[in-house]
Amino acid sequence: MTPLSPPLPERFGLPARWRGAVFGVLGVVVLALLWELYTVLGPEDGVVIGTLTVLPRTSDLAMPHLATMFARIFEPVTGAASARPLWQAVAAGSLFTLGIASVGWLVGVIVGLALALLLQRFRLAESAILPWIILSQTVPLIAIAPLVRRWGAQLQFGEFTWESWMSVALIASYLAFFPVSIGALRGLGSPDANHVDLMHCYAVGWWKTLWRLRLPASVGYLLPALRLAAVSAVVGSVVAEVSIGLRGGIGRLIVEYAGSAGGDPGKPWAPIFGSILVGLVAAGFVGLIGLFLRRFRRGEVSI
Amino acid sequence: MTGRSTIDSTISPAGNSSAVDVRGVSRIFAARRGPGVTALDDVSLVVAPGEFVSLIGPSGCGKSTLLRLIADLDTPTAGSVEVFGKPARQARIDQDYGIAFQQAGLLPWRTVAGNIELPLELHGVGKAARRARAAELIELVGLADFAGHYPDQLSGGMQQRVAIARSLAESPSLLLMDEPFGALDEMTRERMQNELVRICAETEAAVVFVTHSIPEAVFLSNRVVVMSPRPGRIRSVVTVGLGDRSRRGEDLREDEGFFQALSQVRDLLRGDEAASTPQGAQGVETR
Repeated sequence: MTPLSPPLPERFGLPARWRGAVFGVLGVVVLALLWELYTVLGPEDGVVIGTLTVLPRTSDLAMPHLATMFARIFEPVTGAASARPLWQAVAAGSLFTLGIASVGWLVGVIVGLALALLLQRFRLAESAILPWIILSQTVPLIAIAPLVRRWGAQLQFGEFTWESWMSVALIASYLAFFPVSIGALRGLGSPDANHVDLMHCYAVGWWKTLWRLRLPASVGYLLPALRLAAVSAVVGSVVAEVSIGLRGGIGRLIVEYAGSAGGDPGKPWAPIFGSILVGLVAAGFVGLIGLFLRRFRRGEVSI
Repeated sequence: MTGRSTIDSTISPAGNSSAVDVRGVSRIFAARRGPGVTALDDVSLVVAPGEFVSLIGPSGCGKSTLLRLIADLDTPTAGSVEVFGKPARQARIDQDYGIAFQQAGLLPWRTVAGNIELPLELHGVGKAARRARAAELIELVGLADFAGHYPDQLSGGMQQRVAIARSLAESPSLLLMDEPFGALDEMTRERMQNELVRICAETEAAVVFVTHSIPEAVFLSNRVVVMSPRPGRIRSVVTVGLGDRSRRGEDLREDEGFFQALSQVRDLLRGDEAASTPQGAQGVETR
């Protein structure tokens, strides 16, 4: 009969919420150590079984030291006197890509939610549309990127002209809508029969039931889907930038700098770190949304 | 003794003054193959305003189905269900009843007060009136210190009290309760029964109460409807003459009439009306 508020489980003398952060950092450190250890201890020509290279060569060109990568970030992009520091170029590219990914994410979330609502509202729609939603994700991005670009180029109403970045955002949204639609559909269908009966007893319609019951109940399913969508949107943007050949973003930088790997092994890693950062920022943003919706994430109660 | 003869005496001539009027209702659940399952077969029952009627019987006797028909959560295959002289559907739309299920069914993202306010909010009651009504009901079910708590911070008994408060939110003249105390431990259960008797005396609502427990049915009810399974039918109705609700208290459980009604219901559940040695009925809790 006493109110239950279980204390956070503690281990190693750390509160639960800090434990996750500590382990996260620890994982990165272990990865860095493995990298450095292999460059020191691994054979110069890599591990080769037959003619197949299983592990890469350990030369400074193939596997630059972490110190080289980080030092390179603060050096100028090129030898030219006017060149800005590498980190500035990567930061600018990251912001550019983040912007496009955000637009793609937003469009994807809206489309995904709309589809989920449609599927929840009409049983027939679920059997008619759901297979297509799943099928849509089997089409490789590389295949649709040129199509989107070509169709986009033909679009023009009045002042509005389709630009390349819109193609990239569209492709990002193509990846982002999928987890949202599936997650939202599951979330909207998650309330107990009990709760649905109650709403029926209250004689309220579909919209009110949606707003008061189904949407709040779906938050727990929706948040992981939104996070997945955010990361998908970033990956989609980077890949689409390359496929479409859009300049200014992180995807372009990855391709551009990869060319200089032969003489400047630290340089290609800068945009890779940049894209990781963009992904983290995107996921962090969704985490922030989750903070505001904490009330709806209380565990389902049963007696 | 047939169910009908006992029931008919309570049908009022006007017809629309009864809280619930179930006439010749059958409910057959269609099966993919074969004739389907007859959950209810030609059941008739009248509940007078302010009357407390329990439905009791073994699993599969259709008592929950009957309650769902009255609540218009399901429609009968044959027969009619009227609530306050209106078809069940209209009564539901008019919010003529409050309902509580075996699971408290509280929304986990709403506080105790928020859950009780839910039906009022859905039906457009203003904020101030909602607050006042919720505070009143929280007081009624004895949870004054927990208004701002969330359901996961409450015990099972407390959650069920919130659910009962919620069912009373719009001051219905009819309460439908489907084993509301079924998941509670025995001590909490008896306390909740005492509280329900008190609350019903205060609100003067008619109650249709589904239960598995014989003492619970006898303690709470004016009449106990004993049902039998396959197909679901009313076997008999026992009138429990334990007097006015307001005078029902803990000492009633020690009363001679209480034990008499108890063994009468128990015998009926065993399907052996002449039996004089009361024993546990199968499929029904005798506690």
